[in-house]
Amino acid sequence: MRYMLMLHANEADGQAVAPQDMARFMGQMYAYQQALEKAAVFISTDALVSSSEASIVRVKGGEVSVLDGPYADAREQLGGYFIIDVVNIDEANKWAARCPAATWGSVEVRRIRDRSEYAG
Amino acid sequence: MTDSEPAMARSLAEKVARESYGRLVAYLSGRSGDLAAAEDALADAFLAALEKWPDTGVPDNPDAWLLTIARRRRLDDWRKEKVRERGADHLDLVADELSAAADLDEGIPDRRLALMFACAHPSIDAAARTPLMLQTVLGLTAIDISARFLVSPKTMGQRLVRAKARIRDERIPFLVPEREELSTRLPPVLASIYAAYTNGWMEIDGAKALGHEAIWLARVVVSLLPQEPEAKGLLALMLYAEARRSSRQGRDGEFVPLDQQDVRLWDRAQLQMAEGLLHEANANGPTGRYQIEAAIQSAHVARCLGGGSNWHTVVSLYDVLGKIAPSPVVTLNRAVALARMGHRDAALADIDALSGDARMADYLPYWAARAQICADLGKRTEAVDAFTVAIGLCWSEGERRYLEEQRSRILS
Repeated sequence: MRYMLMLHANEADGQAVAPQDMARFMGQMYAYQQALEKAAVFISTDALVSSSEASIVRVKGGEVSVLDGPYADAREQLGGYFIIDVVNIDEANKWAARCPAATWGSVEVRRIRDRSEYAG
Repeated sequence: MTDSEPAMARSLAEKVARESYGRLVAYLSGRSGDLAAAEDALADAFLAALEKWPDTGVPDNPDAWLLTIARRRRLDDWRKEKVRERGADHLDLVADELSAAADLDEGIPDRRLALMFACAHPSIDAAARTPLMLQTVLGLTAIDISARFLVSPKTMGQRLVRAKARIRDERIPFLVPEREELSTRLPPVLASIYAAYTNGWMEIDGAKALGHEAIWLARVVVSLLPQEPEAKGLLALMLYAEARRSSRQGRDGEFVPLDQQDVRLWDRAQLQMAEGLLHEANANGPTGRYQIEAAIQSAHVARCLGGGSNWHTVVSLYDVLGKIAPSPVVTLNRAVALARMGHRDAALADIDALSGDARMADYLPYWAARAQICADLGKRTEAVDAFTVAIGLCWSEGERRYLEEQRSRILS
């Protein structure tokens, strides 16, 4: 089953990290991806640019609104994701706990709906 | 490090309370098979004991104390309404047991072993057995243990509820199996206890280890089944590891490998206990995996305490272990011992042979061992790659940092 590990973190805290620490974190994220690949559970990953470049679009009741991100009241912002293929949520949680991003932010584990679940 | 007096009082009180709680749960649920009802009946009393005993001291008769509170607080509202809703037969039965137990003159018989056999019964999902034992025998809550198993407290709670319903509905017997059945029924009990330990041994930052609790469960088995060498072997194995726990982390939380540990931090009393148990277990020759694994730990301890290199002994013990309980982990550990004897090429060949095994793909010790042996052989690129995978498999910052340092040593 496919799970999305959604990496949330406080962007302001991230910007305050010293360059050498940031280099170390990046190295850990690279190592984590290597481990996922060796274990044959890796599907894909991406990192997102700052939510200050985001826009929030709504089309509601014939009215269109476009706002600049981020959501003002969110403490953590989505900064990237991994998609992995594992047998169950327990395994997905184990990988989430190994994700270095869990040490500075939080990792939300979500199962991706399978195509077969749309049928009928 | 010496524990302060209040801390010691607290830990003693907790120990007595949990011992008593487990005995009472096992006794009260024995006939009905309704663990949830027994736990429910004792919940308030147990909480009160955990709260009060550290200050007031442990009562002379802890079982009677718990039973009195349980009867006073629960029985009334229990008999009134709540019960009627959920089909009261079992609860009535437990209530009767509660009264009967309180009137026992000779004390509550210890049926915890029978309870453990029910928890590790073949009909119970293997993943639920360990949490079930920790909860019913030691009174740990889903919140206490869920982080260790990397599930949410809610999920853990649901699993425990399901497992208990299964025991009740399938009428899984609370019985210690007879001699001939014991050889097949004891291994899952011991495996469930060891799973609590190895889970506790795995470093996860911020999740409380369950090492003490696993040792506790093994002690219960050893005391109630003293003729079983494997139970003693398991207890010895865990005590050897536990005795070294405080030396596995340096001052800044960094991981310290076995051969660099400060042996002055080792708990000598625990090591002595482990030696004694191993000796007793092996009286009729080594017959099971835990005894051999304990013997391997004994050899490591002897070497580190200045007994000189004994890696050949370790290798031959792994050979024996590989015959009775073959597994890729045994092959891996044997290869590490081979490398320590200087046979690095042979060690790497054995490790290479494991590379297709899916169980090794996300096994941190495999990648760490591979990295170290490649580094020693001057295979720098392979060593760096293996260290990188190992770093990606870490659950704790201390281990991550240690492996990062090892890797940067090769690069410099």
